[in-house]
Amino acid sequence: MTALLETRDLTARYGDFQALFGVDLTLGEGETVAIIGANGAGKTTLMRSLSGVLRNGPDSIRFDGRGIGDLPADEVMAMGIAMVPEGRKLFPSLSVEENLQIGAYGRNTGGYWSLDTVYDLFPVLKERRSNPGTALSGGQQQMVAIGRALMSNPRVLLCDEISLGLAPVIIKDIYKAVPKIRASGASMIVVEQDIGQAMAVADRVYCMMEGRITLSGSPDALSREAIHNAYFGAAA
Amino acid sequence: MIWVDTIIQGILLGGLYALFAAGLSLVFGIMRLVNLAHGDLIVLGAYLILLLVTLTGLSPFVAAAVAMPFMFALGFGLQKFMLNRVLGDDILPPLLVTFGLSVVLQNALLEGFSADSQRIQAGPLSTASIQVAGLNLGVMPLMTFGSALVVIIGLNQLFYRTSLGRAFRATSDDPTTASLMGIKPAGIFAKATGIAMIIVTIAALYLGMRSNFDPSIGPARLIYAFEAVIIGGLGSLWGTLAGGVIIGVAQTVGAAINPEWQILAGHLAFLIVLLVRPRGLFPRAVD
Ligand SMILES: Nc1ncnc2c1ncn2[C@@H]1O[C@H](COP(=O)(O)OP(=O)(O)O)[C@@H](O)[C@H]1O
Ligand SMILES: [Mg+2]
Repeated sequence: MTALLETRDLTARYGDFQALFGVDLTLGEGETVAIIGANGAGKTTLMRSLSGVLRNGPDSIRFDGRGIGDLPADEVMAMGIAMVPEGRKLFPSLSVEENLQIGAYGRNTGGYWSLDTVYDLFPVLKERRSNPGTALSGGQQQMVAIGRALMSNPRVLLCDEISLGLAPVIIKDIYKAVPKIRASGASMIVVEQDIGQAMAVADRVYCMMEGRITLSGSPDALSREAIHNAYFGAAA
Repeated sequence: MIWVDTIIQGILLGGLYALFAAGLSLVFGIMRLVNLAHGDLIVLGAYLILLLVTLTGLSPFVAAAVAMPFMFALGFGLQKFMLNRVLGDDILPPLLVTFGLSVVLQNALLEGFSADSQRIQAGPLSTASIQVAGLNLGVMPLMTFGSALVVIIGLNQLFYRTSLGRAFRATSDDPTTASLMGIKPAGIFAKATGIAMIIVTIAALYLGMRSNFDPSIGPARLIYAFEAVIIGGLGSLWGTLAGGVIIGVAQTVGAAINPEWQILAGHLAFLIVLLVRPRGLFPRAVD
């Protein structure tokens, strides 16, 4: 398997505070990888590094064989890495449909995803297309955020805690979209605190704790105890 | 009837203030930047048009159209190479830089054009008038107001009907998330300031044709523009037009009572609106 997206010895800091310590991660073409870890483990920092919001040395992140660690977010997005940010981050001044449309602003390559196919994936959005994005329920807002990222027909889709703050039945609904997204050809990195959902859709899982990857492997090969230790620390 | 006439003259005058203010409103709405050199840039535009008219004999309107791409480039460059560097969480650096720019522009214009007051000659147009329902309306004030309407409608179309307008609004909401959409916030800001300079050129055209100007009058235009933006509610384009009209009407009504009160009445109207509605008449829901 060739790596589509890969980090090597990735570090990140906020001022004096170091949030990531030498993270090595690989995402293969067509693969779905889950990253799990407790609050504050560094998952969002990792996503922000991958998407170019946090800058790095060029070779600490490689995409399709090219060093992209030093590129700004807009250029990373144009290459085909789209992000569903933590907390959805819809644009309050834009309607639902405009929020979707703007997802393709920097990358208009064409492909499976368009307004029509996103509405097929989440039919409720079509009914609410003219509402302000922020007038929707949490679950619907999450659908907009996912649809917005899909509009650029990304090669890699980064999802940061798409189940955050949602009821279990809604989370199930949203995760139903994952197989269709994979079928469209996108590789995915799914960040979750909730282990169950992420394990169910992932080919491989990484556990993070305190800015480091503490465990990785295929979901079936990892014991509950190993995950528990990697998640909370061995002493917990 | 005299009052109706006074008020209509005031509304038309408000068109001029709305033109002064629209560029300021656009830039503030997108990047929360108050450009203290805005008035001086209008004066710069007036000198540029005057120069083109004097050198080439073009009509002022054609000269303004010729000036527009240069003013766009000036605004784009100003934002890209100077203002983008100082934009951030702290609002003080951009204020200091644009204040400095204001002083530099005034002094440069003084060097280049002297302190003599100038005017862009518009020929018979400047005194032409038409009769409407018994009222005598100046063609120049009517054109000013019409231009203000066109500018506000045009900006609204740009904002709500185009992909660039969506990017403007998204960047205004949240530049970091906008960058995840492939938007380069620095580039969006540069385009916005470039467009603001096109509006500044239109404002400069009417400023220069309607009254005398000299290098020192920029800051007073900034005050009117600023008051119109605040009255209308920060970031609201239609509000900016309403704000301009309110100042215009207050000035003409004030002047009708006592000619010395014209300027003061405009400022008083501003203070009263601010007291009654501190966030302006049409504040945007999201700030
Ligand atoms: N903007 C920031 N400034 C300073 N520290 C931050 C910032 N964002 C996150 N952190 C810190 O970095 C660490 C990792 O945070 P984060 O990546 O958000 O973790 P997670 O997404 O796994 O909950 C935490 O200790 C957090 O407090
Ligand atoms: Mg997080």
